[in-house]
Amino acid sequence: MTEAPLLRVRGLSHAYGSRIACSAVDVEVWPGEVLAIVGESGSGKSTLLNCISGRMRPGAGEVLYRAKDGREVDLWQASDAQRRLLARTELGMVHQNPRDGLRLGVSAGGNVGERLMAVGARNYGAIRATAAEWLARVEIDVGRIDDLPRTFSGGMQQRLQIARVLVSRPRLVFLDEPTGGLDVSVQARLLDLLRSLSRDLGLASIIVTHDLAVARLLAHRICVMRGGEVVEDGLTDRVLDDPRHPYTQLLVSSVLPP
Amino acid sequence: MTASLRLVDVSKTFVLHNQDGAVLRVLDRLSLEVEGGECVALVGPSGAGKSTVLRIACGNYAPDWGRVLVAAGGRATDIACAPPRAVLALRRQAIGHVSQFLRVIPRVPAIEVVAEAARLAGSSPDDAHARAGEMLDILRIPRRLWSLSPTTFSGGEQQRVNIARTMVVPFPILLLDEPTASLDAENRAVVVDLIRDACRRGAAVLGIFHDADVRAAVATREVACATLSRAA
Ligand SMILES: Nc1ncnc2c1ncn2[C@@H]1O[C@H](COP(=O)(O)OP(=O)(O)OP(=O)(O)O)[C@@H](O)[C@H]1O
Ligand SMILES: Nc1ncnc2c1ncn2[C@@H]1O[C@H](COP(=O)(O)OP(=O)(O)O)[C@@H](O)[C@H]1O
Ligand SMILES: [Mg+2]
Ligand SMILES: [Mg+2]
Repeated sequence: MTEAPLLRVRGLSHAYGSRIACSAVDVEVWPGEVLAIVGESGSGKSTLLNCISGRMRPGAGEVLYRAKDGREVDLWQASDAQRRLLARTELGMVHQNPRDGLRLGVSAGGNVGERLMAVGARNYGAIRATAAEWLARVEIDVGRIDDLPRTFSGGMQQRLQIARVLVSRPRLVFLDEPTGGLDVSVQARLLDLLRSLSRDLGLASIIVTHDLAVARLLAHRICVMRGGEVVEDGLTDRVLDDPRHPYTQLLVSSVLPP
Repeated sequence: MTASLRLVDVSKTFVLHNQDGAVLRVLDRLSLEVEGGECVALVGPSGAGKSTVLRIACGNYAPDWGRVLVAAGGRATDIACAPPRAVLALRRQAIGHVSQFLRVIPRVPAIEVVAEAARLAGSSPDDAHARAGEMLDILRIPRRLWSLSPTTFSGGEQQRVNIARTMVVPFPILLLDEPTASLDAENRAVVVDLIRDACRRGAAVLGIFHDADVRAAVATREVACATLSRAA
């Protein structure tokens, strides 16, 4: 069993004006662990993810990330430069809308290669070869390497975004409703892909979803949010099969059995 | 240390908040012990809490009270208060649970469902695949079904895949929820043999066996699960 958590979030709170979006949230992620954050729309999931991933400064709280060198860094005490470096090298963000995570004016291969260059790769041939390898890995025909993402379907764009994020081998990946805008069969394929990638790469991730079936499939652990607070958390099947909190019970009983 | 499972004063109540706060008291200070080499049969009427006991023993349900001590591989863990990653590690390596119904990931072929369990327990991919094939053969799943997803299998086929997925790993602790419920006589005999083999190699087995013949063939003793369920 592994030594220490990769991420420890302590007392994270955030408000937009007088509207409280997250209130005193504590969260931990261990190496190789997939954590799902579930809850209804407006419960503060995206706010929490944005603060944890270093993209939005929270009103209060600590986001302690254990970097590759073993040191724990509070993302919001670190300098902007250090936070940006970590975001580029050790962390990764998959947006709900692939357009937010891709550069639409750059070819598919370029989108993947760019992340490699951002972490120091310089050899054009090697970059292109790695990009091609990752396109294949996310099941995009390598013949499309020079095409622009806007000529791709929604599912392909989402897979391309995943390749772009994973190519630099981040240690912790954040995904906000990654299957949100996709139809069911495309979702299923993407979920298979995410499941095998996170297993094969031993990746730790936090995935925000309102879909309990997605959480059951991908996550080791679930955190249930309501009104900006975590109301229940634990082992995925324990939370879904033996929910304690009234709100979790409501969520679980509102979905049709799979 | 040999494998064992010990429940000490385990109580479980379900509170259904969205159904007028109905309270189901299912287990009240249940204690039981299963030593390695034993097969203990849980008996009791439908709804008595038998499956609940097995689910608590693998960390799927959390008891309100009591300890659930799992001893395997030289260490003992109280699964009732172990962190999720410790529970998952125990399920990969120490506790095999054959549930009443097969739950699998859609689109994954039967052979992969079984091989994945072996892989998670530490086998190499090739080894896992080979052992999965052997186990499916033992459980008489026709080879033409191996590459298909069990979601469309018959009840009995699904149940045998469920058993194969557990028996492919030599778990020191086995929890079996009516493993022979929808099987014909020949397949029942195969499963009975597998359970007896598991006991012989020292596994601690806790099971629910509705079929009296099966129970007589595998169980070394019985523990009653009294009915408590009532609205409070
Ligand atoms: N997740 C749950 N939420 C609420 N109630 C539950 C839950 N799981 C079980 N119960 C209730 O607990 C009681 C015991 O159920 P359990 O499945 O353990 O019975 P059993 O002895 O295995 O019965 P059977 O022989 O019919 O399988 C039942 O009243 C059941 O409805
Ligand atoms: N940029 C913003 N400005 C003002 N209010 C916001 C902003 N972003 C989110 N909110 C509010 O904060 C709450 C939580 O939002 P969000 O984190 O997006 O929830 P979720 O992702 O769970 O749907 C909601 O009430 C939402 O309306
Ligand atoms: Mg959101
Ligand atoms: Mg039962």
